[in-house]
Amino acid sequence: MLARQQIRRLARTRALPALSRPYSLPPPPQLERDSHGSSNASSTTHFGYREVPKDAKESLVKDVFSSVASSYDVMNDAMSLGVHRLWKDSFVAHLNPGRADQSRPGMRCIDVAGGTCDIALRILDHARERHADRELSVDVVDINPDMLAEGAKRVRKTMYHNTPQIAFHVGNAQDLGSEAFPDNSYDLYTIAFGIRNCTSVPDVLREAYRVLKPGGTFACLEFSKVTQPLFAQVYDSYSFSVIPLLGTILAGDRDSYQYLVESIRRFPPQEDFARMIQEAGFATGGLWEGKRGAWTDLWGGIASIHTGVKL
Amino acid sequence: MHPAFRHVARLGARALSTGTPTRRPYEGFVPLNTFENAFLAVGSAVMSLANPRRHDMIAALGETTAGPALPRMREHMLASPEGRRVLRERPRVHSNSVDMAALAALPDRTFGRAYVDWLERCGVTPDTRDAVRYIADPELAYVMQRYRECHDFYHCITHMPVSVEYEIALKYFEFANTGLPMTAISALFGPLRLTNAQRDRLFREYVPWALRCGASARPLITVYWEERWEQDIEDLKAELGLWDAPPAKWRKPRAQAGQLKASAPAPASPELPSM
Repeated sequence: MLARQQIRRLARTRALPALSRPYSLPPPPQLERDSHGSSNASSTTHFGYREVPKDAKESLVKDVFSSVASSYDVMNDAMSLGVHRLWKDSFVAHLNPGRADQSRPGMRCIDVAGGTCDIALRILDHARERHADRELSVDVVDINPDMLAEGAKRVRKTMYHNTPQIAFHVGNAQDLGSEAFPDNSYDLYTIAFGIRNCTSVPDVLREAYRVLKPGGTFACLEFSKVTQPLFAQVYDSYSFSVIPLLGTILAGDRDSYQYLVESIRRFPPQEDFARMIQEAGFATGGLWEGKRGAWTDLWGGIASIHTGVKL
Repeated sequence: MHPAFRHVARLGARALSTGTPTRRPYEGFVPLNTFENAFLAVGSAVMSLANPRRHDMIAALGETTAGPALPRMREHMLASPEGRRVLRERPRVHSNSVDMAALAALPDRTFGRAYVDWLERCGVTPDTRDAVRYIADPELAYVMQRYRECHDFYHCITHMPVSVEYEIALKYFEFANTGLPMTAISALFGPLRLTNAQRDRLFREYVPWALRCGASARPLITVYWEERWEQDIEDLKAELGLWDAPPAKWRKPRAQAGQLKASAPAPASPELPSM
């Protein structure tokens, strides 16, 4: 309730007041070098199609996800007609996590913005079923405690509950913190449908580079640009007409889903994002789609998997 | 662009709800094109039946299916001096705008006193109505909002309590009086939720009264209820062309109504349990 009212109230003003930060988060880093070309912390960023002060975006995103947390899975199924499950299956299959050799220390994975544990559970299941790997562990990180609570609830229904294979942390993808997440500690970093909600994508990539071990893989599943023009038009009509209405009907919340649809449009296209990954220091494939390329399109570019390796 | 066409162009430009900032006709307006309107109508119908506590869905259903009924109601308002006053002044019914303590102090046979007695007896407040969101013309949006907010006045003037049976009877009345499709939808699907005995009584006693009375009475949307607090209620009913329904079964006895005493120190808005 509060989230919806806050969004409506904020929607009426052009310059938003600085919102107080929740106690569990560290303050956001001073943005010295950022893609918006200004080191002033009060400069603006985009929140869907609205311009908002940078420090406000985090809280706004957090509110959106508190509002959608409990109906998140239902909404994802309704909006993508269940297809998001296929995309997540493809994503994890593509990464192929898990080691057959159980004598070595287990693979350490970190799933960021992974609140409801869709990816984390798929990684654990894939390792267990394909490689008989029970040493692999996943650290689930999310900025929003409500989403993590939904995730923990999901995990309680599985065999991974109360095992060292899964752990939950509240954290900010742009600044995970060196004490909780030391340098060079993970083999696999995943972020699925989360990076477009982050204020500064280069900061997220920099943190990913920091926490990954040399040889570790960065993988991102995100909505992207549909290249085929006719399909793009159909997809646009569907996004802007149907999705906010589904949000109104199923979740009683149009604004959060309007934001979700707009945030997809604002995210850089495949090639630009691949360049950003390269700039963060990762080695990627060539700047093309598919075999030996930096990304793989799913369903014509509605979603896209970008990967990179820290050398 | 010629000023006369700017209004039309503005409405046309909002055919797709892309979220780009434009000047909106009123706060909270959500533009819908034909497809979106139909989608929301069907979706809200299904959702209202599935979960009748989703009052926002019931409101959305009413707005998306309003169609030509709202312009017709506006014509009725424009045809009467009182209705024109309502359209000009746009009174809103809200516990902030309705002085409950003053109404409770009115003499016994007045409309104002009957209204607060009715609120008390049913355990409702004037604040339970959703804001209109999906109607493009601000004046028609106001007509819809006014209809929604006056619903309780209709309850009061026809002396109907708020249980499902009487709500449906009142929907038949409203359909005969306003012609809004939503009232017909509620009237058709509402009885599914009743017991056989209740349905029997509804169609035998209340529906004939509702349809006859609603059709022959003056369009109630034209009434400026806030000007008539002090009017004698029987005179008001005679003026509007209403007559009493068959007696209804109330949950709270009449003796418990009218407990807002004028002598007690009146708070700004008395504690009424919300619906």
